[in-house]
Amino acid sequence: MSDVVEKTLTALPGLFESQTGAAKITNRLRQLIKSITELTSKHEEENLIKRELSAIKEQVSSPNTTMKQMREIMVRAMYCEMLGYDASFTYIHAIKLAQQGGVLEKRVGYLAVSLFLNEGHELLLLLVNTVLKDLQSTNLIEVCMALTVVAQVFPKDMIPAVLPLVEDKLSHPKEIIRRKAVLALYKFYLIAPNQVQHIHAKFCKALSDKDPGVMASSLHIYLQLIRESPDSYKDLTGSFVTILKQVLGGKLPVDFNYHSVPAPWLQIQLLRILSLLGKEDQSTSELMYEVLDESLRRAEMNHNITYAILYECVKAVYTIHPKAELLEKAARCIGNFVLSPKINLKYLGLKALTYVVQHDAKLALQHQMTIIECLDHSDFTIKRETLELLFRITNAQNVTVIVEKMLDFLCYVPIKTLTFAPDNSWFIQTMNDVFSIGGDLLQQDDPNNFLRLLAEGKPEEDDQLRLYAVESYLTVLKGHTSHLPQCFLQVMSWVLGEYAHLQESVDRREVIRLLTQLLDQRSVSSETRVWILSALTKIPEGQTDLILDLAESLSSSQDTVLRQQAQELRHLSQDSQLREWVLVENSCAVDSSLSFLDGFVSEALAAGAAPYKPPHQRQEELSLNLEPYSFSLPVSLSSCSITDRQSPTLLSVSSGLSGNSAELSTLILEGVKRVWGKDGYLPQKEATAPPVDEPSAAVQPASQQEAAERIEPRPEPSTQNQDKQQLASSLFVGLGVGSSVSLLGKSEAPPPRFRKKPRPHESSSSSGTSKRSSDSSSRSSRNTTDSFLYGSFPEEEPATSISTFDHTPKSTTANGLSQNKDTKEDRHANTSQILGGDMVIVRPSTIQDKHPPSVSSDLTALLPADLKDLPHSDVISLTSDPSLSLSSCRLFRDEALLLVIFISNCTETVIKDVAVQLTCEELKVCTGNVMDCLEARSTSVCHYALLMDDPHTNVSLTGTVSYQTQPGHTNTLPFSGTLSTADFIRPLVVTTEEYGKLWLSLSHDVKQNLKLLTDAGDPLRTTLNALKDALQLHVVDIIGSEGIVACRLLSGAPCLLHCRVNGAALAMWLRSPHPALPDFILYHCQRALAHH
Amino acid sequence: MRFMLLFSRQGKLRLQKWYTATAERDKKKMVRELMQVVLARKPKMCSFLEWRDLKIVYKRYASLYFCCAVEEQDNELITLEVIHRFVELLDKYFGSVCELDIIFNFEKAYFILDEFLMGGEIQDTSKKSVLKAIEQADLLQEVLIYCYIDQVDL
Repeated sequence: MSDVVEKTLTALPGLFESQTGAAKITNRLRQLIKSITELTSKHEEENLIKRELSAIKEQVSSPNTTMKQMREIMVRAMYCEMLGYDASFTYIHAIKLAQQGGVLEKRVGYLAVSLFLNEGHELLLLLVNTVLKDLQSTNLIEVCMALTVVAQVFPKDMIPAVLPLVEDKLSHPKEIIRRKAVLALYKFYLIAPNQVQHIHAKFCKALSDKDPGVMASSLHIYLQLIRESPDSYKDLTGSFVTILKQVLGGKLPVDFNYHSVPAPWLQIQLLRILSLLGKEDQSTSELMYEVLDESLRRAEMNHNITYAILYECVKAVYTIHPKAELLEKAARCIGNFVLSPKINLKYLGLKALTYVVQHDAKLALQHQMTIIECLDHSDFTIKRETLELLFRITNAQNVTVIVEKMLDFLCYVPIKTLTFAPDNSWFIQTMNDVFSIGGDLLQQDDPNNFLRLLAEGKPEEDDQLRLYAVESYLTVLKGHTSHLPQCFLQVMSWVLGEYAHLQESVDRREVIRLLTQLLDQRSVSSETRVWILSALTKIPEGQTDLILDLAESLSSSQDTVLRQQAQELRHLSQDSQLREWVLVENSCAVDSSLSFLDGFVSEALAAGAAPYKPPHQRQEELSLNLEPYSFSLPVSLSSCSITDRQSPTLLSVSSGLSGNSAELSTLILEGVKRVWGKDGYLPQKEATAPPVDEPSAAVQPASQQEAAERIEPRPEPSTQNQDKQQLASSLFVGLGVGSSVSLLGKSEAPPPRFRKKPRPHESSSSSGTSKRSSDSSSRSSRNTTDSFLYGSFPEEEPATSISTFDHTPKSTTANGLSQNKDTKEDRHANTSQILGGDMVIVRPSTIQDKHPPSVSSDLTALLPADLKDLPHSDVISLTSDPSLSLSSCRLFRDEALLLVIFISNCTETVIKDVAVQLTCEELKVCTGNVMDCLEARSTSVCHYALLMDDPHTNVSLTGTVSYQTQPGHTNTLPFSGTLSTADFIRPLVVTTEEYGKLWLSLSHDVKQNLKLLTDAGDPLRTTLNALKDALQLHVVDIIGSEGIVACRLLSGAPCLLHCRVNGAALAMWLRSPHPALPDFILYHCQRALAHH
Repeated sequence: MRFMLLFSRQGKLRLQKWYTATAERDKKKMVRELMQVVLARKPKMCSFLEWRDLKIVYKRYASLYFCCAVEEQDNELITLEVIHRFVELLDKYFGSVCELDIIFNFEKAYFILDEFLMGGEIQDTSKKSVLKAIEQADLLQEVLIYCYIDQVDL
């Protein structure tokens, strides 16, 4: 229990004294709760509750206990049950309390009954008489309680007994009783529909009840009835429409308002009923067009509840017989949802889209960029809904891309949800499915993580899991195996090798036979064969004959690794002593002090060997050795080896020692072609040449090999946005009317100067050749990398929840409204421009732009002279309405991000009092602008300096522009967008020496392996340049297989990156004084490389 | 609505209401699992999640999670407002409600819930009338009930 609770507990007596009599609590319960909060362990709690329960038992069986005391006891018993303890001996007393107590006792008794007993409990039989009695009581409270309890827990076969009495209550003078009776009948209808069939006529009376509460309650029943047979209730359509009209017109008592929306629950219920009635029925649908239109229009307020109604309304519009005008309005509403920064609304937007694309797949086109953003969302609920949406728009053209996305997701899920796996069998079964379906599309880490999970568990707990895995894999292997992906085979062989011995009943020969069978299959890759052989090595001895046969047959294999393994296998199976020594079963204690080497070391020392030196000392000596070679080096570099002494370079040096030219590899210089080394002529080195690791049982080396195999030629590198657009085009292909597809391909592709040049074909680049992409283009290409998606909202629906803007004047005067109406009509033609916002590319060609946004290149010319020279991003259109259009551009100044907003007047008249408001929770926003007037057809510029003190992955930005077209009528135009940390990263220019000093002084570090780009000559250089292009980093130095890079958050915290090529991966080590900064930079690096 | 749960950030159940017949064992299992799932979610994630065949709508108020399970086709946003209305009712009744009020007066919280939802459906959207009904039942003694009710016009 939290200490907050404890603290408050001490203040409790006073707290409760001050409260009304209603809130007074029983002393014993208070004691009980208090002592529970003071406990420290579950065990103590159990003991305490046990004592409490036995005390309760004693009290309830004592004849002296009064009803009032019984009430207190029952509350305590309920509390114990809620904590999960069994208090079933009190059940009968609960019924007694309901039977015999006064009103207050009865209430607690009924509550206890409804909590303790569920519909099937036999004790409920004893309750029937009490309920009957109370239903006939003259005391309204008792009748209410009886109705509540029959609606809560009542056995199906007891319904006939109480039904007539409940039915009678439908004509009770008090509306509260009528309402509860209707709901009780609704519950009866749900559990036993046939028993209430005869009272349908009475429901009709409830529907026309003068009390809105009773009427609203009857809608639950009608919704159910209409869902089952819509045709029988068509004649009621008129009534439902009238009711909805009255609700919308504010005819209900104010009591029914919820946050000043009239009876929202009632509205939603009616909309659902209407959509059921109007489905596939034109004439019925026609009756409701008007009210649906009104409903869409009325829901203006910016509150969850209006969105809930809107959502239901949109669904209704798309369910009933279609009407073009309504569909258009509804589609615009969906835009509001999808573009909302509020995640709940976004989710609902996706859900609505999922629903409507079944009727009109083209709607997804408008929101494709949002959909793609959502695919990468960190929240699984959002991701799932997005996939659901994609599933709905799957067609022959995009099926492969969509299925791939789904598999990605599928593969991602089980690993993540491991902790929630309800049981072992489900988990293994699911992983089997994932491996066999997802197979080689899986992230390379996934099989490893899975195996680690199996391996790291405690022996007692997880043997169950392992056993199950062994069993299930044996079954899999007995079936057809030729179609199974390699990684699944590898996983299976590893598990069988490690854990087959756990399963007593399994014949080892059988395991060996199955594995050997795999070896014979042609589809099995040589890497997998290595796994299988390793597994066979681990299977305990005793089957020497089989193993020898196998070793024999493999000894003629063409694969050297296999031959070697077969050889090892033979030796091991023949020499059981060696075997025991090599393969220690189960637990082996690790002696981290390596004391067993003491004898060997002292012998060697005595024989004159040099004493052991820690790596950094060794390196110092090495640097001396290097003197002769450093003549040709720039000065900074010779110091590098010293400053780097404690930096991660030592890792590579020590590991490199085993290789043949370690020192040399750390010396490789930019632009220096190295032909001769210490040992003479240096042959060309492979970019990635990890030594073939010993095919041991370890998972790691194999995964490296796997990774090396995995690297395929990548498509021409493109910027992130292009990637997304490409993804979009492949996902949404075939949805539009053909025009959309071609539009994607050409018109809006970024100008060629922003596109990176295709990499020159690498035929014979030596490892030393520097391969830098031209610096001049790196800045500009960076501009397009980060998406700066600005969603725009149609003006007549105020942007969601920008509470800070509540005070901004809205057009509420009569004149203003009519003007709004005008704009609305204008908007009809313009829908896609407005909804599209940033997604101009996909605009169906059929819709003409009335107000084309100004050409972006013109706008940059308007930048103030002092800002013109700063590196800047593309100009993006933010939002527009018939009068104004807004665009923005980001300028990267050293100490801040400048957000420049261009406001263009599209009209022929002067617009006055243009004020831009910009807010952002996470950032500091400096300076704001108000312009007195904006001449016709002119553009004004205002800029904001944005400062980021603490890094955030994505920062959302909202704002409004308010302006006056005529005096006294203020219009507002909302806009929003996101910025990423990457916009706030600036290069940190330091020398290698400074870097070294700084490195040692920084405290927070993060290490991670990143993808290495291997599509061009020098992988390290290519990767670093790609990172430099994507984020504004400063590459300090590149030495051999290592590179050092520096950047900072604006002019604040620095972050140093140390990169080292490690096989097929880039080992990145980040350090910064800011605890969170390395994570964010790492995140952006990952993204940049993933999108490369 | 299938059920409603209230539990604390520490994973202690504070209130549970089941609107469909569920075996005791299943209830315990579901409560445990659901708490785990909901508590693991980060604050900026959305308030909905698909769980088993249900849609879970949850919202956190201070240290207390309110969690409703609804059918797949139900409206999530309105369920969120059901939760909010319930909190408003509790707040009005207890006077700026806190978790402790619900711990110590859990039976009162149940009464309010019963007056607000019946059979899993909302029965009255008027805040005033729900509270009126509760308060009457609170204050009433066995005598003179009839007159009293007529007087305040339930």
